[in-house]
Amino acid sequence: MQRETARPMFDTDELVINMGPQHPSTHGVLRLVLKLDGEKVVDCDAVIGYLHRGVEKLCESRDWTQIVLITDRMDYCAAATNNLGYVETVEKLMSLEVPRRALYIRTILSELQRVASHLLWLGTHAADIGALTVLLYGLRERELVLDLFEEYCGARLTYNCMRIGGQPADLPEGWDKRVLRFCEIQEQKLPEYEQLLTSNRIWMERTTNVGVISAADAIGIGLCGPPLRASGVARDVRKDEPYAAYAEMDFDIPIGVKGDTYDRYLVRLEEFRQSLRIIRQAVEGLPEGPIMGKVSRMIKPPAGETYHAIEAPKGEIGYFIASDGKSVSPYRFRVRPPSFCNLQALRQLVRGHLIADVVALIGTIDIVLGEVDR
Amino acid sequence: MTEAVIFPLIKIVIVLAAVLATVMYIVLLERKVQAWVQVRLGPMRVGPHGILQPLADVLKLFVKEDITPVMADKWVFTAAPILVLVPALIAFAVIPFASNDMKLFGLPISGRIADVNVGLLYIVSVASLGIYGIILGGWSSNSKYPLIASLRASAQLISYEIAVTMTLVTVIMLAGTLSMVGIVDAQARQGMWFAFMQPVAFFIYFVGGLAETNRAPFDLPEAEQELVAGFHTEYSGMRFAFFFLAEYANMIVVSAVATTLFFGGWLQPFPNVSWLWWLGIVPGWMWFCTKTFMFLYVFLWVRATYPRYRYDQLMRLGWKWLIPLAILNVVVTGFLKVLLKG
Repeated sequence: MQRETARPMFDTDELVINMGPQHPSTHGVLRLVLKLDGEKVVDCDAVIGYLHRGVEKLCESRDWTQIVLITDRMDYCAAATNNLGYVETVEKLMSLEVPRRALYIRTILSELQRVASHLLWLGTHAADIGALTVLLYGLRERELVLDLFEEYCGARLTYNCMRIGGQPADLPEGWDKRVLRFCEIQEQKLPEYEQLLTSNRIWMERTTNVGVISAADAIGIGLCGPPLRASGVARDVRKDEPYAAYAEMDFDIPIGVKGDTYDRYLVRLEEFRQSLRIIRQAVEGLPEGPIMGKVSRMIKPPAGETYHAIEAPKGEIGYFIASDGKSVSPYRFRVRPPSFCNLQALRQLVRGHLIADVVALIGTIDIVLGEVDR
Repeated sequence: MTEAVIFPLIKIVIVLAAVLATVMYIVLLERKVQAWVQVRLGPMRVGPHGILQPLADVLKLFVKEDITPVMADKWVFTAAPILVLVPALIAFAVIPFASNDMKLFGLPISGRIADVNVGLLYIVSVASLGIYGIILGGWSSNSKYPLIASLRASAQLISYEIAVTMTLVTVIMLAGTLSMVGIVDAQARQGMWFAFMQPVAFFIYFVGGLAETNRAPFDLPEAEQELVAGFHTEYSGMRFAFFFLAEYANMIVVSAVATTLFFGGWLQPFPNVSWLWWLGIVPGWMWFCTKTFMFLYVFLWVRATYPRYRYDQLMRLGWKWLIPLAILNVVVTGFLKVLLKG
């Protein structure tokens, strides 16, 4: 009886709603179980695995060259950097020498990929907050990048554009000119996005102080890529452990101050400019020479294991590969995907914010479910 | 008999047909305008440049399955779309489309369905009825997203209606009448449209109008990125179309009222500039439609440009800025009116 009377008069249970996996702004098949108090999010539980294809296990039964094309299918918005991470890891395992020209081509491709991926992020992030026009503007320029990729490797989404030991093909005639032309166009278009968003009052109100994450917390959670840099940590694999031709490039790492959604937006916008800067340098300093190193027909790395990470558009993508030295496929294949690691921060980011912020925050950490689930 | 029944009936049919046709084509216009802003083409397949697209859309909605969720409250669920659409349509009864001295086949004909002496009051009260439909629709669906959306909608409409009604008070103070025709006549008499005498009121009215019609950047009740489709998530087929029709009809009402109150209704611009005499050839109802379309275009333009406000920010804007500003505007207008008279 005592317990009966101690009950509050009104039923003030939290409302549990299910966002996804078929929700328009969870960027794929992410499912969020949100606990709401009115419009306020009390707790959030991310349920993943709807796009699990067993990529890691699959790779252990394919031979070394076939794996490149499986890596395309993880972060399908940034296939080139996935390829790069994998081939560099295998090259490290085999201590292969890659010709400089191939390294430069890889640098150009991965920076183009960064621009394309950030354009898609910008568009979808803005569309989540309601600015639909930016989405179309972003896709318009992304199309140009895809055209460049199509010309280079024939594909527009899953490129399969790198090989162990070098590049599959040399650059097409006049491709470098068209890349420079694209840089010019992109540089002109950046102010267009900024005009629509950067100083827009509504945009600023929607993003400043939303999802603040301190540098210490960001490191603690294991954030990587632009979200980490927006919290003020100058960590970029391109600078810290240079790979491809990044050691020879001159570029800055933009970092944020507060670590809120607006900072993450500014950091990525600045990364556009830095990427274009790198592309220009790489195209202008492109060395002559072979594009393929000395690799035997049958790739069989010596027994051993290695880990190698590169800076993908969404953050640090690392590959851990173990070879037993006998079989034609890896003994163990493991990916450290940036989207998966960044998704860990979502719970901390959304707590105490409103439902409308949840979609903004899913957008700001820039996840691709193909990579989260693998 | 003819005067009292037949003429109004004919007019009602004409206005209803015109409004529904406009709604259909506003949807197309919206898609087109948005497409042009976003460097796309928009609908191009149905008819030349997609001009038959609205017919295809309506046909599709007619033949769609009409689903009532099992757990829904059936009566309320059915009544809600009607409750939303009807007020949106009957508001047109008092909107003056043209002046009184129109002639049709030699017969004198007035340019409105009814000239009620409390026309403005009628519009305010009818417009606020529509919200019941939204609340009931969201509640009766027995689903969480629509429920949240309808709660949002009711909070939003109530807060913005206060600000909007306050601005209407200033217009009444200037015109000295509640009749819509009287307000236009007052603007003709005073030789100036009220938008220029009351820019603040016009601004608040327009922002409030955006909010009341649930249009961007205040389209929170149907924020598709957050709440899937908002209060009409569970509706399909023609019932969904009713909500859709009502939203666009409300846009037209807001634009038409803005035209009447602030932009001189059917009056031609610059009647006193002699070299612009040719503007007088255009009939009044055409001026009215042009001005209304101008507002509708701004609605679409805003949607293509701005991101969406968040719920708490929307409330803050309404209660902390628009309502105090509107009240201040009423007070200042009152003072000026007394001072200038004396």
